[in-house]
Amino acid sequence: MSVRTEAPRAPGTLVWVGGVAAGLSVWTLLYSQLVPFSEWAVSLLPLERHSHLGEAIAFFLYDVPKVLLLLTLVVFAMGVVRTFFSPERTRSLLAGRREGVGNAMAALLGIVTPFCSCSAVPLFIGFVSAGVPLGVTFSFLIAAPMVNEVALGLLFALLGWQVALTYLAFGLGVAIVAGWIIGTFRLESWLEPWVLQIHAGAAGPAEGVLTWAERIRAGLEAVREIVGRVWYWIIAGIAAGALIHGFAPEDLLASIMGKDAWWSVPAAVIIGIPLYSNAAGIIPVVEALLGKGAALGTVLAFMMSVTALSLPEMIILRKVLSVKLIAVFVAIVGAGILAVGFLFNLLFA
Amino acid sequence: MKDVKVLGPGCARCKATAEVIAAVAKETGAEIALGKVEDMREIVAYGVMSTPAVVVDGTVVHAGSVPERAMVEKWLK
Repeated sequence: MSVRTEAPRAPGTLVWVGGVAAGLSVWTLLYSQLVPFSEWAVSLLPLERHSHLGEAIAFFLYDVPKVLLLLTLVVFAMGVVRTFFSPERTRSLLAGRREGVGNAMAALLGIVTPFCSCSAVPLFIGFVSAGVPLGVTFSFLIAAPMVNEVALGLLFALLGWQVALTYLAFGLGVAIVAGWIIGTFRLESWLEPWVLQIHAGAAGPAEGVLTWAERIRAGLEAVREIVGRVWYWIIAGIAAGALIHGFAPEDLLASIMGKDAWWSVPAAVIIGIPLYSNAAGIIPVVEALLGKGAALGTVLAFMMSVTALSLPEMIILRKVLSVKLIAVFVAIVGAGILAVGFLFNLLFA
Repeated sequence: MKDVKVLGPGCARCKATAEVIAAVAKETGAEIALGKVEDMREIVAYGVMSTPAVVVDGTVVHAGSVPERAMVEKWLK
């Protein structure tokens, strides 16, 4: 990362708010021109518009700018919202909570609290040593990576707000119920022994009140960081999706990933575990598969598995959790995801 | 002489944090002893829940992101 040059003296909040308003207008204008743009771009190519290749390219040229625009908006909004929360504040809200209410609060706070799986260990210890019950801590740790802005933004962009909202609701449901079940097992003794001996300092950094200018800056920083990290995965994913749209035979996919193939849900969960870092590239492919007859429940289960059951996070958490506890965690969350997948395939037959 | 520590398990953002602090110290001529804390138990003992974090003379001044230069300048004054 390059060292930043001296920032100009902070301009007033009004300037920043005005900048955001201007940015939103430009965004709206660009978004309204997506269809004309893609039609125009395809017409420039020496192609039959309704050939397989023409369909695939039109799809690609429409989807790439659309997805990037929507993702930018969602990531920015989430980046601003997150400045109102911190792990320290979330911990003090959850400390000493009863299970039940605590699980629900933890899952909800998991959406808006800044979280990176690289700090899962200090966060875990910070929570547990401050008196947050183990099950409540797990609800947080399940919801935080699962209901994330990239997954929500992409589902919203590619599959519509109904699917994004469904994913949000059932993701929270899995986090709440799985955390609550783990809590009822009283598995504190399955933590690594050093975790319980540690007395974590409860101080943390002093928090100043942020100005709106700083919150907006944080939102832009989130866009730079997150969109900058995932954009090429998205383009690769949409290219693969476009090929599926243009060329893949429908019957084949419906038979593999359709609602009649019951085994497709567990298969989707298992395949999703090692695919963590590529979530951004996977959703566009999944969207194309849906169009070709894959079942919604299978797709939701796959997405949840990709985000909630990640191999790197398990390896990181191994420092504080025994292998037995990780196995219980994976089994319970996996079962919850399976239930969601089957439920949807049953309901939307 | 200020005792500055960067807390974090050796991630890319922790490295960037140490670099920003070193650069600011060099520019402003502030005398610091810059150290790293990578052991998870020590990090947790500071009460830090998100990394990278920065400790100046035993007080946690920052956690969870690569700090802005302006912030670093304030700490080193």
